Amino acid sequence: MDQRDRAWWTDRLVQALVFIGGISGIVFVVGIFVFVTKEGLGFVLNTLDIKEFFTSIAWRPTSSNPTYGALALIVGTASVTGLAMLVSVPLALGAAVYIGEFAKGKTREALKVLVELLAAIPSVVWGFIGLSIMSPLIIDLFDVPVGLNVLNAGVILGLMAAPIMTTIAEDALKAVPDGYREAAEALGATRWEVIWKVVIPAGKNGLVAAVLLGVGRGFGETMAVLMATGHSINIPTSPFDSVRALTATIAAELGDTSYGSDHYGSLFALGILLFTVTFIINLTADVVLRRTTRR
Amino acid sequence: MNKKISLGCLVLLMACGGGDRAQRTVIQNKGSDTLLNVAQAWAEAYSQINPNVAVAVTGGGSGTGISAMINGTVDVANASRTMGEEELEAARRNGVEPVEFVVGFDALAVFLHENNPIESFTVAQLKDIYGEGGSAETWSAFGTSVPGCGSDEIVRISRQNNSGTYAYFKEAVLGEDAEYKLGSRDMHGSKDVVDLVENTPCAIGYSGLAYETPEVHMPCIAVEEGGACVVPSVETAIEGSYPIARPLLMYTAGQPQGAVKEYMDWILSDEGQCIILERGYAPVREVSCT
Repeated sequence: MDQRDRAWWTDRLVQALVFIGGISGIVFVVGIFVFVTKEGLGFVLNTLDIKEFFTSIAWRPTSSNPTYGALALIVGTASVTGLAMLVSVPLALGAAVYIGEFAKGKTREALKVLVELLAAIPSVVWGFIGLSIMSPLIIDLFDVPVGLNVLNAGVILGLMAAPIMTTIAEDALKAVPDGYREAAEALGATRWEVIWKVVIPAGKNGLVAAVLLGVGRGFGETMAVLMATGHSINIPTSPFDSVRALTATIAAELGDTSYGSDHYGSLFALGILLFTVTFIINLTADVVLRRTTRR
Repeated sequence: MNKKISLGCLVLLMACGGGDRAQRTVIQNKGSDTLLNVAQAWAEAYSQINPNVAVAVTGGGSGTGISAMINGTVDVANASRTMGEEELEAARRNGVEPVEFVVGFDALAVFLHENNPIESFTVAQLKDIYGEGGSAETWSAFGTSVPGCGSDEIVRISRQNNSGTYAYFKEAVLGEDAEYKLGSRDMHGSKDVVDLVENTPCAIGYSGLAYETPEVHMPCIAVEEGGACVVPSVETAIEGSYPIARPLLMYTAGQPQGAVKEYMDWILSDEGQCIILERGYAPVREVSCT
């Protein structure tokens, strides 16, 4: 009885709060998964022609004779994400090596803060940059009719994904024990050889995880992609073609869809696809990262 | 909204007494999704002018609104089409004589970049550009070249597939069962279409008349080759000569009385008509708005 003073109650309260915080991640992931599946599964099982979904480009959910071909949307998302990785991987890995291995003192601190600031720019601002700066620039530089295309969205998305990749990659390089570097230097390796032949191979798993998380970010990004791709159902044959992303399709169409309709279900089918792919990417990144720490 | 009000009542028991609420008249307004945002804007503006009347607006489609009006569950039905024969029949059986109000027009203009020399289109040509199976892919197919459009490609700009504008353009230009050609840039708003046309010499787009800017031009539209080519304008939309315009309607069960009559009169007043103009549709007559 005498134990139950204020400190005891505070202790219990904080314990409960921490516990709720701890399991909330699981609750939310499971909750979202159940919700998305519940809304979309009926449609997927009863109405959706799976073969058409993956092989046809005809996405016409509001037609009197509706077709639900998502191939162009999948290819659109993949092409934009692929180009984004071409842009962001060299940038992010270069930045991580510089911040982690070369920069010292104030430069290093300033760079870290700036990279984190870059990660905090809202995606609609990136979309706006794509729409108002990149688009006319692309038209001028390459003499193409429309500036809203794979190239535009890929570059924007690459710049968006780079900061988070830089931060994680830098952590991975930092996790490589200094003993490795010292040993390599003692053997007479130059600074470049130390980084290229010792530090990067040792931090490889962390770097792969960084890239995968960047891919996940790109795959799930919506607003900037909606604004910069041109939102056109199209299998791209060059970086100057407009495409449409899975996420952007959901964002553009869900708002005006009547609850429980086939169109509504089809958008949740896209949601299930997106959720599955990002889940797999993140899980892979996590497994890869775990292997680093165990070693 | 209702939740907010009742929450407010809980907090400020003094502020909203029972008597006050009993005097408040509620007008139920339901129907067309095309008219939905205009109807909401009207309801909102009207609540400022006449705080004793609340207009509750819901969408659901023209058909839903009309049948609710016939059954007496709503006071005013919004419709982007006239009532069909069956609906009129159903109304007569219920002893309801629907009264139609034309509250505005939805005129879709075709927009071209200012460099584009084309001044007129036929509906068939538009169908060739936008419709599935249509052959027009380049501007040279129409015997023109557009300065600044090196690739000669027609860049089709359309709307997202659940917009009323998308559905109406499809119905009026492509025909009931036809489909749009895939690969158009599908914008999410009437204004976005015009914005993109402004920046794209190769482009063609369709949108509400009210979104015209100095950087684009609107060709006239002829129903058929050799027929009269009509320039989209508020006047041609009102007189019905412009082929891609439809009246926006409201129906009441019998001549409106009391608060409903006041509301309908206000919608047709300059103030109400300026709101529909603001929302991108043509008013029923010329109005001067600030």
